Parts: sequence; C-alpha cells; structure tokens
Amino acid sequence: MSKSRDIIAPTPSPETEEFWRSAREKRLALKYCSSCKKHHYYPRAICPHCFSDSTEWRDAQGEGTIHAFSVMRRAPVPYAVAYIELAEGPLMLSNLVNCDFNKVRIGQGVRLCFSDFEGGKLPVFEPL
Amino acid sequence: MSIRDQAYIAGIYEHPTRKASDKSVAQLHAESALGALRDCGLSAADVDGYFCAGDAPGGVQMIEYLGLNVRHYDGTEAGGTSYVLDVGHAAQAIAAGKCNVALITLGGRPRSEGVATGTTPRIYNISAPDVQFEAPFGATLVNLYAMSAARHMHQFGTTSEQLAWIKVAASHHAQHNPNAMLREVVTVEDVVNSPLVAEPLHRLDCCVISDGGGALVVVRPEIARSLKKPLVKVRGAAEAVKHSAGGQIDLTSSAAARSGPAAFAEAGVSPKDINYVSIYDSFTITVLTQLEDLGFCAKGEGGKFVADGNLISGVGRLPFNTDGGGLCNNHPANRGGITKAIEAVRQLRGEANAAVQVKDCRLALVNGIGGGALANKHCSATLILERE
Repeated sequence: MSKSRDIIAPTPSPETEEFWRSAREKRLALKYCSSCKKHHYYPRAICPHCFSDSTEWRDAQGEGTIHAFSVMRRAPVPYAVAYIELAEGPLMLSNLVNCDFNKVRIGQGVRLCFSDFEGGKLPVFEPL
Repeated sequence: MSIRDQAYIAGIYEHPTRKASDKSVAQLHAESALGALRDCGLSAADVDGYFCAGDAPGGVQMIEYLGLNVRHYDGTEAGGTSYVLDVGHAAQAIAAGKCNVALITLGGRPRSEGVATGTTPRIYNISAPDVQFEAPFGATLVNLYAMSAARHMHQFGTTSEQLAWIKVAASHHAQHNPNAMLREVVTVEDVVNSPLVAEPLHRLDCCVISDGGGALVVVRPEIARSLKKPLVKVRGAAEAVKHSAGGQIDLTSSAAARSGPAAFAEAGVSPKDINYVSIYDSFTITVLTQLEDLGFCAKGEGGKFVADGNLISGVGRLPFNTDGGGLCNNHPANRGGITKAIEAVRQLRGEANAAVQVKDCRLALVNGIGGGALANKHCSATLILERE
C-alpha cells in the first residue's frame, strides 16, 4: 500500500469550480462538447477541439487504462504520476494509488478513487 | 519572407561560472553581454535590438540596467529554448530592417538559490490554466519527461542502456572542457546503476543544475563581414508548439517534428548534410526524441541510433553537444538553449576544444525544447547554421 504524500491544493477558478466541487462529492466531472461530440481534458469553457462554447459537464464512468506512468523515487514518500486513458477518450494526468508500484504495467485497467487533501479530494486511480 | 542568409551570429559568450553566489542575476546577464560583444569587437552602443526571456529580471529593466538604446525589443518566453528561438526572431527583425545588432542574454542562479528544479512542482503563474491539473498530482519536470521515456520504451522497446549512451557520449566530451561541472567519463553501467529519480530516469539521465549566463550577438551581413571572426550564417530557423490537445497527446514525439522540417526546408538541406548537432539535453530522453523527430533516424529507432558511441565526436556518425551539454557541462538558469547555440558556433568557427572539434564542420543544427515537458506542452526551436 502506498502512503500518502503532501498534496499541493489546487486553486480553482470560476471556470473549474465545478470540477473540484464534484471531486469533493467523489465524482469526476469532465467537459463534453455538444458541437463536436467529444470530451476534453483538462476542462475549459470553450472546446479546444472545435472552439465551440457549447460545452457541458458530464460525470465520467470512472474507468480507464494506464497509458504511461512514472514512480517518483526521489520524494519523501514515493508516488506515481500517470496518464490515464479515460473510457471517454482523453488522457488525464493523475496518480496511481493503493497498489504495489513494482507490479503496475502500462495497459492495465484502473478505477477512479479519491485522495484527501485539506479542503478537498483529488481524483486518482487504483489498478484493477 | 525567408530569413535565409539574412543574419549572422557574430558574437558568443558562455559565462565560465557554474556557481555565482557572489553575483546578481542582472550582473550575470551583463557580464555575458560584455563577453559576447568583446568576442566580436562590437560595443553596447552598437546594440539596437535586445532579446531576453523569463530568466531576465524584467526585460525593460534589463535594457535600463545595461544602459542600451534599442529600437527593437523582444521578450518572448519559451523556457530553455527561448534563446534558440531568439536567433530566428533576431534574423527576422534584421531582415525587416528593425535592427542591425541584436543582443540576446541569459543568466540565473538556481544552484546558489537551491532550486529543486526537476523534483518538485514549480509554479510560475498560479493563474496558468494547467497548474491546478498538474501540481496537485505531483507532476514535476522529471516525472513528466519520465513518462515520455516509459511510453517510448513501451511502444518501441527502447532501453535504459540505450538512453545511457547519450550521457556517456556527453561525458566523453565534457572531459575536455575545463569549465564543465562533471568532467568524469562515465559508462552505461554507471548511468543505469545511479539512483532512480523518477522511473525510468536515473540521476545520470538528468542534466546538471548550474548558475551561469550566456549571450549571443546576431548582426546583418554587412556588419558580420566587417568583423574579424569567422562568418557563421543563419541558414534556416523555425519554431513549433506541441501541447496536450485536450487530452489527445502522443507522449513519444516533440514539436521538433514540425520545427525541424520547416528549418530544413528554409535552409535547403537535409539531415544527412549536417556535420554537428547541438540538441537540448534536459534529460537523455529529450535528446533521443528530438533526434528522431528531426529525421536523423526513424521514429522508434532512436535507441539503436544513439547506442555504441554514435554521438561521440571522432567515434560516431553524429557528434553532439561537444561541450558536454546540459548533462555534464552547464545548464545555466535551468535553461540550456543558449549554450547549444554557442557550442554550434564554436564548432563552425573551429574553436571547439581540440579533442572534440569536428573536422571541416560546415553545417550545424541546433534544437531546443522548452516551456514545459515532452509529455504535456512545449516549444521547439530549430536553427541551421552554416560556416561561410
């Protein structure tokens, strides 16, 4: 099991408050564009794929696969950053938790979970 | 309008310091500027264009501090590649008649100031839209680059030993540079047995952290021909930005895949014509990725290409970073672009350290990656320089 590390709290903007409010309720809110029918990440008011302003929040299924990861060994508590390929399509920069870092592999399935920090929760993933 | 043959790099200077606890950042810029102007026989009064980036303690402030009287100012920020970019921008300004003598400076003291450059999140601007989606997850420079390395290994079978050859080659060059921070020749085993920082990158896959400075003077052709130094012409220059595209990113390629071909097209040459390359080496994977994207080998073949000393001057087919690069010599202000341009000019002038000087060096390529990481967003700038 991985121990917890010190998390730098995010500084939400009016544009992203919904993302962090959802996370506190243990939901991963993604932005979806009703013009080009695609999700994007990180969330924006205007779609970076087609530049439409018809974007809306949609909760993610909370499933994905590991696209790439790196275990940060030179840290007080080693931790893993990862790009997760979400079931909805986009890659999301996150963390891998609740696992033996030596057994994690690219391509492995993961499930959404949450790490606590003072005042909020961080959407992270645990390998299946 | 092409900038081909419109400008020359006339003056260069790499500050010899690697630890400058007794100097100010502005002073490092000024001492570097003085060095580059002396190198080509010009004075501060000749400078009518000034270029700097995010390491400068204010661009307008620097113009005031240096006492310059300029009619063209460019403070474009693109991280460590800013100064490679600046050479192209200076050539554009000169071609457009906006200035005749462009001064580019860099300086900084991350070593004296104890900056944990790659291993802790560095937040320059809390309002930058990406920060809240990276810093809380502990994304740092080194683990972002490490994910590119991990993905390259997964997709193409690249190995840690192949990456290590890049550091080995740099160390072979650094042994001849009296100012280099790390002059000891290392082996592949030394690299892969050094402590892991962010898997799969080891300590010796990472560049040094050094204080220092550097400067370049770019001038119009008539001025270059009136000076005493060998003529080094800007034959091609291009830039490109790559980013995470709303979550659709290929971790294994860089913006050099676009800036490289554009610079080659402007110069009218191809990778096989190049005698020497300066390649940004924040990490070993940075070099491997750029070499592939610039067309020196096919995508995915970089591991085989860099192995067995192929980047060592006098040994391999493509001598690189003959000053020891950022991996062994110097990475002043955490920004390695200016030293890449400086060493390419030394090679073209025939002024490199004798043991690493490339024979009949006529065409050199400089490439820098900066302003982020391979794995999220960055700017690539490519220069093709020619000894006339």
